[in-house]
Amino acid sequence: MSGRVLVGVKRVIDYAVKIRVKPDNSGVVTDGVKHSMNPFCEIAVEEAVKLKEKKLIKEVVAVSCGPQQSQETIRTALAMGADRGIHVEVAGKDYETLGPLQVSKIMAALAKKEDAQLLILGKQAIDDDCNQTGQMTAALLDWPQGTFASEVSLDGDKVKVVREIDGGLETIKISTPAVLTADLRLNTPRYATLPNIMKAKKKKIANVKPADLGVDLTSRLEVLKVEEPPQREAGVKVETVEDLVGKLKETGRI
Amino acid sequence: MANPLRSEVVRLYKNLLYLGREYPKGADYFRDRLRAAFTKNKSVQDPEQIKALIARGEFVARELEALYYLRKYRAMKKRYYED
Repeated sequence: MSGRVLVGVKRVIDYAVKIRVKPDNSGVVTDGVKHSMNPFCEIAVEEAVKLKEKKLIKEVVAVSCGPQQSQETIRTALAMGADRGIHVEVAGKDYETLGPLQVSKIMAALAKKEDAQLLILGKQAIDDDCNQTGQMTAALLDWPQGTFASEVSLDGDKVKVVREIDGGLETIKISTPAVLTADLRLNTPRYATLPNIMKAKKKKIANVKPADLGVDLTSRLEVLKVEEPPQREAGVKVETVEDLVGKLKETGRI
Repeated sequence: MANPLRSEVVRLYKNLLYLGREYPKGADYFRDRLRAAFTKNKSVQDPEQIKALIARGEFVARELEALYYLRKYRAMKKRYYED
C-alpha cells in the first residue's frame, strides 16, 4: 500500500460569522466575509496527521477545490501537519455551481492518480450541509466507506470504524482503500499556530485544473432562490390555565 | 535586554498577536491588552523572571487555543446534534 492519505478540505464562510443573504436572493454575501476551513475538514486533517504521527501511514496530502483563496485553506492544512497540497483550480461560474457531484468526481480522479490508501473528508460542509461528497466519491471509486466516523483504527490492510448513527454507535471493519468522513467527536484538531504556518510555507502546493483530471464540471442543479428563515415570532403570555386552553383551541392546536 | 531571550519574547508576542485575531471580543481589544501587558514588564532584566513571564505568555496561548476549540465544538454540537 502506498501509505498515502488524501484529505479534502473546503474553504467556507467562518462558522462564527453572521450570514447575510444577498438583496437579490441569489445567494449569500461572501465578498469581504471571513472564510476559514470547514470545522469537519479540520477534524479530517487532524485524523490524517495523527495516523502519520503514529507511523501508520506515510504521507498526508491536502486537497481543495476552488479559487485562488482556497490555497489559504490548504496552507492551514499544511500548518496542521499535511506534507503537501493539491489545489484544484475552479473559479468563476464553475465555482458557483461546484457541488458534491463535481467535487467527488475530482476527488475520485485524484485518489486514483495519487494511489491513495485512504481518502478522509469532513462529514459535511457548514455552508451547504450536503453530507454527500464522501458517499459519492466512494461510489465513484467503488471503495468501501466509513462515514460519520467517531473512531478510526488501522489494522493491517483493514480499517475499523466506529460510526455515530441515530441509534448509537456502529462498529464496522472495511478494507482499504477506503473513504472516511469525519464526525465531530473523532478528535480535537490542533490549532495552526504562527510558527507552524511559517514552516508550512516551504511545503509544496501543486496546481491542477479539473480538465487535466478529465472531469466535467457541469452542474445538474440550479439555485432558484436563497432566502432567510422566517423571523421567530414573539411568544404570547397568558394568565391562567383556562386562557392557555382557550388560546390553544383558537389556533387549532387541540 | 538579555539577548537570546529577546528573540523569544518577540516570538511570543507575534504568536499571541496572531492568536488574538480570532478573539471573541475583537482583535483590537486583544491587541491593546497584549501591548499593555508586554510594556508593563519591559524593564524586567532578570533572565529567570523573563523566562517565567514567557512561560506565562505560553500558558495564555494554550488557553486561547482551548477557548477557540471549545467555542467551535459547542457551536457545531448545538447546530448539528440534538440532545
